[in-house]
Amino acid sequence: MHKITEKERMNEEMTRIEVEAPLVAKKIKPGQFIVIRMHEKGERIPLTLYKKDEEEGTIQMIFQKVGKSTHELDTYEEGDEILDVVGPMGTAAEIKDYGTVVCIGGGVGTPEVFPLAKALKEAGNEVIVVSGFRTKDLVICEPEIEQDACVDELHITTDDGSYGREGFTSHVLEELIESDKEIDLVHAVGPPIMMKVIADITEPHDIPTRVSLNSIMLDATGMCGSCRVEVGGDMKLACVDGPEFDAHEVNFEELMQRITMFEEKEEEALERWKEEHGGCCQ
Amino acid sequence: MSPEEERIKVPERSPEERVNDFHEVPLGYTPEQAMEEAQRCLECAKSPCIGGCPVEIDIPKFVKQIADGEFQEALETLKEFNCIPAITGRVCPQEEQCEEVCVMGNVGDPINIGKLERFVADYARENDLEETPEIEETKEERVAIVGSGPSGVTCAAMLAQNGYQVTIFEALHEPGGVLKYGIPEFRLPNDVIDHELEYLDELGVEMRMNRIVGQNIELKELKDEHDAIYVATGAGSPRFLGFEGEDLKGVYSANEFLTRINLMKAYKFPEYDTPITDMEKVGVIGAGNVAMDAARSALRMGAESHILYRRTTEWSPARDEEVEHAKQEGVQFDTLCNPKKFKGDEDGWLEEIVLYECELEEPGEDGRPSPTVLEDTEHSEEFDTAVIAIGQQPNKVFYENAEGVDVKEWGGIIIDEDTRMTTEEGVFAGGDAVSGAATVILAMGDGREAAKSIMEYLE
Ligand SMILES: Cc1cc2nc3c(=O)[nH]c(=O)nc-3n(C[C@H](O)[C@H](O)[C@H](O)COP(=O)(O)OP(=O)(O)OC[C@H]3O[C@@H](n4cnc5c(N)ncnc54)[C@H](O)[C@@H]3O)c2cc1C
Repeated sequence: MHKITEKERMNEEMTRIEVEAPLVAKKIKPGQFIVIRMHEKGERIPLTLYKKDEEEGTIQMIFQKVGKSTHELDTYEEGDEILDVVGPMGTAAEIKDYGTVVCIGGGVGTPEVFPLAKALKEAGNEVIVVSGFRTKDLVICEPEIEQDACVDELHITTDDGSYGREGFTSHVLEELIESDKEIDLVHAVGPPIMMKVIADITEPHDIPTRVSLNSIMLDATGMCGSCRVEVGGDMKLACVDGPEFDAHEVNFEELMQRITMFEEKEEEALERWKEEHGGCCQ
Repeated sequence: MSPEEERIKVPERSPEERVNDFHEVPLGYTPEQAMEEAQRCLECAKSPCIGGCPVEIDIPKFVKQIADGEFQEALETLKEFNCIPAITGRVCPQEEQCEEVCVMGNVGDPINIGKLERFVADYARENDLEETPEIEETKEERVAIVGSGPSGVTCAAMLAQNGYQVTIFEALHEPGGVLKYGIPEFRLPNDVIDHELEYLDELGVEMRMNRIVGQNIELKELKDEHDAIYVATGAGSPRFLGFEGEDLKGVYSANEFLTRINLMKAYKFPEYDTPITDMEKVGVIGAGNVAMDAARSALRMGAESHILYRRTTEWSPARDEEVEHAKQEGVQFDTLCNPKKFKGDEDGWLEEIVLYECELEEPGEDGRPSPTVLEDTEHSEEFDTAVIAIGQQPNKVFYENAEGVDVKEWGGIIIDEDTRMTTEEGVFAGGDAVSGAATVILAMGDGREAAKSIMEYLE
C-alpha cells in the first residue's frame, strides 16, 4: 500500500499527486516511469515521474484525466492508498554534457521534461525548454522549469494564443533552427503526432533527437509485447527497451494506430463510470 | 474391455454449459469414485510410474492409501514430494509420464493418477485436512528466490522446510507465474493456486511482489543480503512470427491475450478495468497448451475460435485432455495450415490472415514430421483477432542485468548439471529460465534439485 501524501488539482484536466514509494524514490532516474494499480480490480497504469524526494521516500506524478482509471485516480484524496506502485521501469535517459539541448514537452508530457531538463542542466548543458498546451488554463510547471530546473530559456506555446506564443512547439523549434542556433540534441515528450513532427523537422538538419513513447502497456516488464513498436526496422518493446528511442528510427504511423486499439473499450468504461458517479467529478 | 480395465469416468461439466463461463471443466472424483479408481491399481512389483514422474512421487503408496480410504495419509505422501499437488494433478501431461508407463495400460486404461492426485489435494482443501508443516531446526542462512512460478515456489518450500530463511522476489503483483497469468481459471482456478501458496506462508516464506530483478532491484543487492540465490524467472517473453502485419490491432501475443483475460480479469470488464478487444472470429497460431488455452478462452469471450496449425492434431504438443476439451467445446482445428501474413484495413485493424496449405515430411530428428508449405495454395480467411502462440523465451530483463550469469544464445541460463550453479558463485537456476518453455512438473523437479544443491552449498 502506498499512501497519497499530497494532491493538487492543477487545472480542469491535470492533477498532481505525491505518494509514498521509498524504493522507487531511491532509484528512479529521469526518463524512467512507474506503474500503478489502484486496487484489486484496477489496471496497471504507466505514469511518468515528475519529482522525487529520496529523503522523504516520495515521488510525484502529474496525470491527465483521460479514461476511467485516471478519472477514478482523480477522486483519490490525501491519505488514501494506492495498492501497487512499481518502478522504476524502463531505461534511464542518458544524461551528459551534449552542449545545447532543446527539451520539448507537449501537454502532460511537460512534467516529464522537468526532471530531464534539470538533470541536463546540472550536467552542464545549455537547456532550452519548449512547452506547449492547448490553452492558457492548462499551462503547468512553468515556475518549476524556470526556477527549479534553472533552464536557460523557456518558451511556452498555446494552440489558441491565450498565453505565450501562439502555435505549436514545433514552430519554436523551427525558429531556433532557422536562427542558426547550434543544437546538439532534441528530446521530445508528448502526443505521438507532435513527436513525429519534431522528428521530421530535425532529421534533415541531422540533429540527434530522442522521443519518449507512450505505447499501450500491460505488465510493462517485457512479458506481453503489447507495447511493441518498430524502431529502425526491428521490433522493440517500449517498456523495457525504451521508452526512449531515436526519433528518426521510430515508425510513428504504426505507433499512432496501435495506441487506439482499446479506445472503444476505454470510452465504454468511462461512460459507465460517469453514470455510476453521477457526473459529479467532471 | 471388462469393467475393471476401464477408468472410472471423471464427472465434467457439459461443453454447452462451460463455454459460457470461466469455471472449471472437470469436477473431480468423489471419495467413492476415487477409491474405486485407486482399487484398479495392480500394485505391480516394478512400479514404473515412479520413474515416469519427474519428481518421483511414491505413486503406488498414495494410490494404495486412497484405495484404503486413508486420505490424510495419501496427502502426506504426496506433500513429501510435491508441495502443490492440486496444481500438478490438473496440469501435468500424465499421459506422457506416470500414466504412460503404468502396467495397467497394457491391458486396459492406465490408472488415472492425475485425477487421483487432484482428488487428494482437493479433498484435503475442502475438508481442512492439512496440518501445519514441520520445519527442521531453524538455520541462519538466507536464500533469495527470483520468480514465484512452480519452480521458485518448490525450491522455496523445500528450503523453508529445512529451516532456511527464504524470501521470494516476484516481478508481478501476484505470485504463481504462468499458473496465474497464463493458465486460465477453467483449467486451474485461482483459489486453488492461492490455497496451495498459503502453504509457503505457513512455512514462513516471505513474498515480495513487484520486485523485478535487473530492473528495480539488482542481483548484486540480493547477493549482499543472501547466502544463496535461486533464479526461476521462467520463459515469459513472447516469440513473434516476424512477418507482415504482426503489429496490426487485433493481433496479440498469447501472453498478452491470456494475461489480460486471466491475471487482469478482462473477461469481467468493465467491472475490472483491464480491457480486451471485442472478437468475433479468432485464429490462434500454434497447437501447444498455450494455444489451447487461448483458443478456449476465445470461445468463452463469445468468439468463433480456430487453431491454425502446420501439422496434424496428433502432433500437437498439448496435453491430450486439452485437445479433447477444446474439440468438445467447438474449437475448430485447421490443420496443415501455415499462416504467412496478416492483412489489415485502413485503420490498422486485422481483417484477414493469409494461409498456405502444408504437407508433412518424414519425421525429423525430434520425431515429429516437418511441414512443407505448398506453393500455389495461398488463400485468405477473415479473422478479426489473431493470437500468436508459437512459444516463449526467457525474459532478458533478468539476464542482461545479471553480472556474472552467462546465458546461451537464446537466453537460457547456463548451469553446471551437477551443482545447478550458474557461472556466478552462489547463484543457482532452474525451470523454464534454464530449459526454455517446458512443463510445470519439470520446473518443480528443477526446484527440488536446486534446493538440495543449495543446502549442500550452504553446509
Ligand atoms: C498458457 C500456458 C499454459 C501451460 N499449460 C501447461 C500445462 O498444462 N501443463 C504443464 O505442465 N505446463 C504448462 N505450461 C508450461 C508451464 O506453465 C511452465 O513450464 C512452468 O510454469 C515453468 O515454471 P517456472 O517456475 O520455471 O516459470 P514461470 O511459471 O514462468 O514463473 C516465473 C516467474 O518469474 C517471474 N519473473 C520473471 N522475471 C523476473 C525478474 N527479473 N524478477 C523477478 N521475477 C521475475 C515471472 O513474473 C513469473 O512469475 C503452460 C504454459 C503457458 C504459458
